[in-house]
Amino acid sequence: MSGAVATAGPARRTLARLARMRTALAALTVLMLIALACLAGPALTGHDPDRAYPDLRQLPAGLAAQPDASHLGPALERLAFRMRVHLDATAREGDTLRLTLASDAGVDRRSLVYLPRSGLFGQPAVQEERDGGRSLVVTVQVRRLHFLFGTDVQGRDLLTRCLAAGRISLAIGLAASLVALLIGVAYGATAGFLGGAIDATMMRCVDVLYALPFVFFVILLLVFFRPSLTLMLVAIAAVEWLDMARVVRAQTLSLRERDFVRAARALGVRAPGIIARHIVPNTLGPVAVTATLLVPQVILLESFLSFLGLGVQEPQTSWGVLVADGARSIEAAPHMLAAPAFFLIATLVALNVFGDGVADALDPQAG
Amino acid sequence: MIRFILRRIAQSIPTLLAVVTVSFFLMRLAPGGPFDLERPLAPAALENLRRVYGLDRPLLAQFGSYLAALARGDLGPSFSFRDRSVLDLIARGLPVSGVLGGLALLVATSLGVGLGIAAALRRGGAVDRLLGIGAALTLSLPSFVVAPLLQIAFGLSLRWLPLSGWADGAPSHLVLPVITLALPQVGALARLTRTSLAEVLRTQPVRTMRSLGLPPLRVTRHALRGALLPVVAYLGPLAASLLTGSVVVETIFGLPGIGRYFVEGALNRDYTLVMGTVLLVAGLVIALNLAADLACAWLDPRLRVAA
Repeated sequence: MSGAVATAGPARRTLARLARMRTALAALTVLMLIALACLAGPALTGHDPDRAYPDLRQLPAGLAAQPDASHLGPALERLAFRMRVHLDATAREGDTLRLTLASDAGVDRRSLVYLPRSGLFGQPAVQEERDGGRSLVVTVQVRRLHFLFGTDVQGRDLLTRCLAAGRISLAIGLAASLVALLIGVAYGATAGFLGGAIDATMMRCVDVLYALPFVFFVILLLVFFRPSLTLMLVAIAAVEWLDMARVVRAQTLSLRERDFVRAARALGVRAPGIIARHIVPNTLGPVAVTATLLVPQVILLESFLSFLGLGVQEPQTSWGVLVADGARSIEAAPHMLAAPAFFLIATLVALNVFGDGVADALDPQAG
Repeated sequence: MIRFILRRIAQSIPTLLAVVTVSFFLMRLAPGGPFDLERPLAPAALENLRRVYGLDRPLLAQFGSYLAALARGDLGPSFSFRDRSVLDLIARGLPVSGVLGGLALLVATSLGVGLGIAAALRRGGAVDRLLGIGAALTLSLPSFVVAPLLQIAFGLSLRWLPLSGWADGAPSHLVLPVITLALPQVGALARLTRTSLAEVLRTQPVRTMRSLGLPPLRVTRHALRGALLPVVAYLGPLAASLLTGSVVVETIFGLPGIGRYFVEGALNRDYTLVMGTVLLVAGLVIALNLAADLACAWLDPRLRVAA
């Protein structure tokens, strides 16, 4: 706080802080929007996250309705092969397709279900039958599908998958942070309040844990035991509570000598009561700061593990899984990396900026 | 000072012991073994292999003999790389990770600390404002996103640099991995330096020096000594994590470093290789934390008295 801000009057300082709050609020808004999109989005995009369109693989991002002319032909060929017929003629009027299907063995009407099953067409209607069943004229509606962010290797809508993945990534981020927060606060407050030899031993344990190559242990755990959401949650929480414990302990050390704590002790309140009623509520400021900066770390760790194939498993998906998919097909379809990376990075930046804002707002010394 | 170092080394023994114990029993409790191949071995052959490697003995006996060998500095033979000892493999992987991590550390520290100083000296200036956004951005760029993007840009489109591989440490093969490793740390270090230096610059001694008319450069130099304390403390664990290799960066760029050996060891249930790499990492973390503490003590005389 040297230079310009220090010499400026309180009004300037307040303005500077408001400006910073504005970025924090903007970050919060972005976060809310992403969370809302992930919660409600998959229902609104018109695609199921697991619905694959085998004829529309690795479509680039775009606004055009699909299937377009370049995909319609190959899709029809593939379907005709499935139906054991050949296409004698196709004519398109608007969205209606008039197909003449022929087969020497006779066209089996039951095979028409392949048309709607592909996801590209509506229900077919038989217009006329020729050559004693060896030829069939069918009209069918071509659907207008939209894939804003394109599709993945299996032809699934990437936007829907990104949003569905966001649910898992955000849920893990919040849940693991919460577990780490609970462990860290309880441990730190206990150590700080009890003090003396107990405090020294407890914090010595934290020091030992700090020196462990934890990421390596998490990888070991997930390689050896089947990766599952619960295991990953536990593993991440076990790594991330240490900072919180240190922060809370440092706060508690100064709090326990304050008059209101002494008064509570003089009145005969026991240690657990004092910790719960007087210590923990007063550490919430720094805890909030540490927690907001913890969430992006957790999300990053989760996506890192998922990227290595050790985290979230198919059919569930997370941003890390999608980024890994995208990195694998980056030459053929760069949009497959861009879309999930955009969501992941936007979330992480917003969380970090918001965390900084909260830290500034709670720190009376900051500009 | 020497007593302080000796005490810290003594304190590290229980930590290393904990690392050995946890990773040993964690691996043995896990299902699967080092000889589970895709085509199962004949039971007799499997029995033979298990006897040769001592896997048929009781778990505690195995643990005891591992510790005994460890005390002699022997990390045992590798299970998946035939006829190679774990020490051998580490001796091959450590230089790769070391060169990579060392360069990344150098780049991240010089850039990060430099930017942090520039931002702290001119609060609200261009560098400072850029850093506010830039630091949050680089901290939020996962290496597994940055690496493929760099590969696309410089490897595939521009064709300036090779996509992956080690090639005996040819400089062109090092550029992209080093950038990927260093980038997030530039932001972290710059932010740390800026906060810390800004704090020192508003203390009484610095104000006094200024009011006495000392040239700004000398004031900054004095302030920097105190301001670098948290930075140096942060560099200890950072150096450890960079030098022992990043699993992701080594995987994406196909570099034969410690991180790769660890992952392959874990996937192949190569018990001794995993133990060796984990121990190496833990040892380096402890050693570099100690080095960071000593550097802090050199920077701050008050810590010397406490030690």
